[in-house]
Formats: sequence, structure tokens, C-alpha cells
Amino acid sequence: MALPDGWEMVVGLEVHTELKTETKMFCGCANHFGSEPNTNICPVCLGLPGALPVLNVRAVELAMAIGAALHCTIAPSTFHRKNYFYPDMPKDFQISQYDLPINSGGHLDLVDGSRVSIERAHLEEDTGKSTHLGGSGRIHGADRSLVDYNRSGVPLVEIVSGPDIRSAAQARSYASELRGILIATGASDGRMEEGSMRIDANVSVRRTGDPFGTRCEIKNLNSLRSLVRAIDYEALRQIELIDDGGTVRQETRHWDENRGETSTMRTKEEAEDYRYFREPDLVDLAPDDAWQARVRAALGPMPAQRRAALVARLPDPPSSQLDAVEVVVDLGLDPWVLAAIDASADPGLSLARAANELAANVTGLANLTHEAFATTVLMEQRGELSSTQAKTVLGELLEAGGDPAAIARAKGFEQLSSNEVGTMVEELIVLHPQEWSRYKDGDEKLAQFFIGQVMKLTKGQANGKAVVAELQARR
Amino acid sequence: MKSAAQIVRDVRSGESSATAELERSLQAVRARNDDLHVFLHVDEEGARAAAARVDERIAAGGDGGALAGVPIAIKDNMCQTGVPTTCSSRILEGWRPPYNATVIDRLLDAGAVPVGKTNLDEFAMGSSTENSAFGPTRNPLDPSRVPGGSSGGSAAAVASDMTPVALGSDTGGSIRQPAAFCGLIGVKPSYGLVSRYGLIAFASSLDQIGPFSKTVMDSALVLEAIAGHDPMDSTSLPEASPSISAHVDDGVAGRRFGLVRELVDGADDDVLAQVERAVEALREAGADVVELSIPELRLGLSAYYLIAPAEASSNLARFDGVRYGRRVDGDDVTAMMEATRTAGFGAEVKRRIMLGTYALSAGYYDAYYGQALKVRTQMIDAFGRAYRDVDTLIGATAPTVAFAFGAKTADPMAMYLSDVFTIPTNLAGEAALSVPFGTGVDDMPVGVQLLGPGRSEAGLFAAARVLEIADGR
Repeated sequence: MALPDGWEMVVGLEVHTELKTETKMFCGCANHFGSEPNTNICPVCLGLPGALPVLNVRAVELAMAIGAALHCTIAPSTFHRKNYFYPDMPKDFQISQYDLPINSGGHLDLVDGSRVSIERAHLEEDTGKSTHLGGSGRIHGADRSLVDYNRSGVPLVEIVSGPDIRSAAQARSYASELRGILIATGASDGRMEEGSMRIDANVSVRRTGDPFGTRCEIKNLNSLRSLVRAIDYEALRQIELIDDGGTVRQETRHWDENRGETSTMRTKEEAEDYRYFREPDLVDLAPDDAWQARVRAALGPMPAQRRAALVARLPDPPSSQLDAVEVVVDLGLDPWVLAAIDASADPGLSLARAANELAANVTGLANLTHEAFATTVLMEQRGELSSTQAKTVLGELLEAGGDPAAIARAKGFEQLSSNEVGTMVEELIVLHPQEWSRYKDGDEKLAQFFIGQVMKLTKGQANGKAVVAELQARR
Repeated sequence: MKSAAQIVRDVRSGESSATAELERSLQAVRARNDDLHVFLHVDEEGARAAAARVDERIAAGGDGGALAGVPIAIKDNMCQTGVPTTCSSRILEGWRPPYNATVIDRLLDAGAVPVGKTNLDEFAMGSSTENSAFGPTRNPLDPSRVPGGSSGGSAAAVASDMTPVALGSDTGGSIRQPAAFCGLIGVKPSYGLVSRYGLIAFASSLDQIGPFSKTVMDSALVLEAIAGHDPMDSTSLPEASPSISAHVDDGVAGRRFGLVRELVDGADDDVLAQVERAVEALREAGADVVELSIPELRLGLSAYYLIAPAEASSNLARFDGVRYGRRVDGDDVTAMMEATRTAGFGAEVKRRIMLGTYALSAGYYDAYYGQALKVRTQMIDAFGRAYRDVDTLIGATAPTVAFAFGAKTADPMAMYLSDVFTIPTNLAGEAALSVPFGTGVDDMPVGVQLLGPGRSEAGLFAAARVLEIADGR
């Protein structure tokens, strides 16, 4: 969506990602989404009197991996307490990092070539989760509130971008690229719908060339769609406000997904004084060079590198293929495509099958070996399966796994190997020498004759393209 | 009453049993607890079960542990599974922890028998135990006087022979000062020597758990049992429990002591006289004692009353009525929290929460909390310089002997000053103990304080033993 002429939006994003650790940040409780409420809890993550935090080393490693992937400086850091009262925060303070974060000063390059700076990526603990019953569904005016502390103490990394984003589309691209990086580092599963990645957007507007305007922070955007809609809504709201002679107040705003609007949560004057101070129950965190080096060495390729690796295998890719590459890498399907290409499958066909058939059922990928995918694409390519049959076989493999040839057989699909088709074609050449000689002389129509003969012999199970391939091979 | 060391010998030899020692202790509690108000809760059932387990261990051929059959009193700010734990506050009334503090686990492993939970100033904030929401504890040596605080109940348990040993916690002197007032050994170990896991925090960077006893050896045995690295406490020192009891009789020959001017200035004459006697006793035992000054120590009290309340304001935030303890209903959750905290906390706790909140507030942080941290660093450096010249520092534990009820309750500053000599050790994270030496006015005991760098406990205990012998005990 375009802003009115002469206006520009300035956006910075704060992305919270839950780290994919086995246990919570400061205790041994399971870090698991979807358990029965208040079952993954202990004195530490319930903040019981006397309990003390002990830092999870794995959370530190994942935070360092994120920092390394975002080209940040990894530095000695400290933990602070952020003090405020809220019922889903059991200690009534959150352990976070303040003036000395573990990662600072990095950047993220987007697909369109633009670069967004990363100010910091710091560690902190998640809060519990409140459910407000009755009233508006928010804490004030609710009849009752229920708190689930399973999420309390789950490790988070908060990634703060610079104010470098200039459109909702760019914000979406940033969030999407970041999500890919978080998944690639193994730090997060990137599941926005489960709240494992949550976004706050700082939005301001200005007339092109002016200094930055006053910003508003929109809290808890839980999908890329909400992110785009909320930013566009908020930028337009601010422009209209200024056009009408008003001024933007610095405040925190809530995004209402159903109404498609932002509304005031609290103004700057109402903002909490968090009274940050060093967490005395934890010691300083200073990962040594060797530890950092181990984390960097274990880091796999990031999405941008993976896209480049895939594009390098495509001869003269048209833009539709470049789009498909983005989808494939975004969904982590590139290993299947590369394996198929390595097995001599057609690069374009492998990419198309991944971008369509595999992308449609990513949860089924656990059932699909690289080998089975490559085999299916090769069968299609050799004409042993029609494209419709190949898609059916892939669908079956994603559902339940198995052997592509066996599935094709069970489905009653073309079971003739190119060998068998070849034998059949040779027999037909002997039986029909006149037709063969006309075909050899360039009468393409005669191909239909031979296809018809093969179809008759195979009761329609043969693949026309395969027959033509055999005929051409003998011309 | 028998010493803990004697009980261990008797229980191991079959002369006595853990159960018999516990019953003797319970009898003493029943006889005097109503008058002195030492225990807030006596866990007869749990203690009998613990004693029976020790007797079984011995019957099975074991030695029963380093504290086999020793009854011990626990300050009521340490968590013990299923046993009411209140911090002497209405806000925790009725709460029973679902877990043991590390010190409780270690005591049970060592064969000690926790008898019950003792009175304290609410959340360990105070110097007389008069700030307990459940009423004050009386000094067993003179019931018109305070036992000191905040660990007044634990001190009184030992002074009244209810138990031979007790655990207290010391944030600014809360073990050493009541030990002095009740004529006991009281130890503030090096920060990190004893796990704080399960100790309900007052000021996390200052709190340490330590023992009370009548004899130097008994405190050594208890400290050895509870000290050593705990993976549940990130600030816990990395090494295993040090050997202390084996060094109690090492003496002080050739060791250098420094009498610190700032740790006696302002003390009453009767207290000063005993500190001087102690210096003479150390010299007679072969020590070299010099006088020295550490001016930075004068800043300790001011820094402490910013740092400790700041941490407390955060540590005590969790008492909000949402999850446990007391809840006073309100129209919404904010009103409920306000009503709960208004009703649940006493005046001194509220005063310190306000002080600490203010000290950490935007615009004031640098001038108050930030400045206090700088003073703290200066104090650590100043102690470090002093320990280049001497091994051990000596001073008074408290400026006065035990005072009368109500003497200082109207003036918080006067009360705070009773910890002026003990606070610097907490700020520096170092070790100190109070050893009774002679008496002052009205025959009330005087405590002499011995201070050393971190991990110097063995040396402090040896010096304390020298004074114990010189004092005719």
C-alpha cells in the first residue's frame, strides 16, 4: 500500500523469539508448548520464595548462534531485573539484559538487496500466559483471569532492529528473512501461531527528508499479515492525524485483528519505571573465544546462502523459478531439491515439485526421504509417471512414506520401465516396418500410431512421452 | 546442655539416641517457649521422624552423619517441605513450602534434627526481633531485653538451651549481633560459601546463612555440614565444604591482627573494655596485634541502606496475593495486590520497600543506588588493602550490649546504627564471626568480632577458640 505523496514511514521491529531448548532458561522444567496448564512448573519458574535461577547453557549457545548469524558482536554481558507488577510474571520482575546485551551491532540483508541494521539481540525470560474470561477479553474488565505458568521462564531472545524499514512490505520481508535465520540456526521453530515468534513494531511517519517523527509502539503482532496491516493502518492514522493539525503522542498501542485498528494501551506518561538493576542472583556471562568459535563453527548456511546455492544449480532461471527458490528455502525444502539434482533429476522439475507438492504438506516432510523424492522426480522425468501420477505418489509419500515405485505399482500407475517400453517399441518396429520407415523419414504423425499400439498392448498404462522417447532413440 | 559435639559422640556410641536428644530438646522448648517466644512453629512430628531415621542409620551400622542426632533450630526464612514458613510476616501466613532449602537437605543428610522455625524481624529487617508480626522474642539472659536481630529467635533457642545449635541468616549483622546479645558464637560465612537456595531473600547480594552455638567447635561442625558448592545457587563458590573443625585448635601464634578504629568508635565503654581484653588475650597467645584505620568503613551504613532496600524492593515484589500466602480481595487485580501488600507487610518492611523503590527510580538511580555501588567497591578495595598487612581484623560486634524492649523502636536510625560494625563485611562479601568475651553492664555478654577475607573461616575459628579459652570456657 502506498502512502500519500511526500510521506514516508519509519519502522523498527522488536522480534521476540522463544528458544528451542529442552528446558527452561533458569530451571530444569520442560520447555514445551501445548502441555496441560501448570504442569511444567517448579519452585524456580513459579518464583516461589527462596528459589534461585541457574542459567541454561543451551539458551546462551542459541542466543550466540542468532548473534553470529546476524553479524553481531558477541560480548560479555550481564543480567538485570526489569521490575513491574503483573500476575503472569511470578517474581513480579523479569530477568532480562539491559545495558550489556550478549549480541549487539549487526545487520540483516533482505532478498531485495536492502540492509536493516540490528541494534541488539538479548536474552530474557518469558512470562506466564494469562487468559481473561468475560468482559473485553483483556485484563481490565474481565470477570476472571487464569494464569498458565508453563511458559514462565521459557528462554527468549529479543532482536531489535534499527529504524531502517520504510514500508510494510519491507517489514514483512525482514520478519520473514529473520524467521528463516532463526529456524536455520536451530534457535527457534519460528511458529508465529504458537507464539514462539512475536513482533512489536515501532512506527512513525515524516515528510520525506524531515527528521524522524514521534513513534508509537504496536504490541504483539502475531502473524506476518497482522504486521503488514497494523503498520499500514498506523502509518495512515498518523498521517491523517498530522494532516488534521494534530500531533502524534508517544504511546504503546494495541492491534485489534478483527477491527483492523490500533488503539491506545498506555501513553508515555503512564509508562512504567522498570527500575532496572543488576540481577544479584546470577553471575556475569562472558563466553570465551573458544566457546564462541564452537558456536560459529556449528552454524549451518543461512537462507541467503542457501538461496544462492540453489540458484546456482538452475540454468538461466526465470523469475518464476526465483520465486519458487524463495518459497523452497523459506520452508526448508532445499535439501530435497539439491539431493534430487545431485541424483541427475531435472533442476526445474525438482524445484517445481518441491515448491508446490512439498510446500503443500510441510508437516509430512518427516515421512519423505531425499532419495524417495529424487526417485519420484526421475520417474516422472523418464515418463514412467505422468505429472498427475507423480503428484499423487508424492502426496502418498508425504502422508505415510514408502517406496515410490511400490506406491506407483499399488496405485496401478504406469509400471513399465523404460526398458520394457523400449522392448515393446522394438517389437512393434519389426511388426510394422512401413510405418517405422515413414516415421524415420520425418513423418511425426506416425508417432501417434506407435503410441496407440503400445497403449493397446499395455491396456492404457503406458506413458506417451516415454514411447516417443524410445522411438526417437531408435530413429 | 550438652554441646552438639558431645551429642554426636553419645548418639554414635549408643550412650544416647537421636530420639532421646530430641525429646530433651522438645521438653526445653515446652518449658520456656511461651515466655520467650522463640519458636513460631515446632515441627514435633517431622523432627521425631528425622530423629528416628538417624537412630535407624546408626542401628544399621552407620555413623549417623557429622551431626548425628543434633537438634537444630531453623530461622523461619528458610524453606522446609511442608513446614509453615512465614518470615514472621502476615503475608506468608499459612504458606507451606513444597521444597527444602539446600541447607535443610544438607542438615538432614548430616543427621541433624530440625526442631522448628524460629522468630525473626519480618523478612529479616531489624535488629531486635521486635519487627516480627507475631510478637517479639525475649532475651533468655534477661527477658526485659531484646535478643538482637534479625535472627533473634535462633539466638534465643541456643541461649535458652532449647537446641545446642541453630541456623540464622546475616544480611547486615543478623547473626553476629544477636549472637553478641545472647552470649553465643555467631558466624557470617564468606558470600557464596553456604547455598542460599531456599533462603527467602531479603537482599540477595548480602544474605548468607550461618550457625549459632555456645562453643566454637559446634559452629565449625554445623558450618562444615552446610557449606560447599550448590549447583542450585549460581553465586555459590565452586569448591567443596572447607575443613574447619580440624583447624579450631591451630592457635594464633605468629598471626597478625588489626584492631580497626572504625569498628570500635562509638561503642559503649563496657564493650570497648572487653575488646581491649580480647586484644591482650590474642597477644598472650602469640599473635601480633596492631591498630589501624579503614576510613571507608564509615560509609558502610549509608551504602547498605540503599543497596539492601533496593534489592528487597524487588525481592519482595512477588508477595502479591496471586499465587500463595495471604490474599486480600479487591475490585481488580491491581487493587487486590495493593490491598494484600498493605495488609500483609509491617511498617519496617514497607519503609524499606519504599526506600529501595526510590533509590532505583529513574532520575535517582545514579545519585543513590549507583553511588552506593561505588562505595561498595571502595569498601572491598579498602578491606583488600588492610588484608595485605594483617590476617584478621578485630572490633566490636555491636556498639552496646542487649538493650531493653522499645529502646529504639521509635527511632529507625538508632536501630540501624546497632549494625554499624557488622554491615561492612556483608558489603564486601567476606567472612566474620562474633565470639562472646566477658560481660558489660548488668552482666550482659559482650561480643567481639573477628573479620577475615573471603574463605578465611578456618583462621577465624582458630582465633575464636583462643578467645573462648581465654574467657574460661
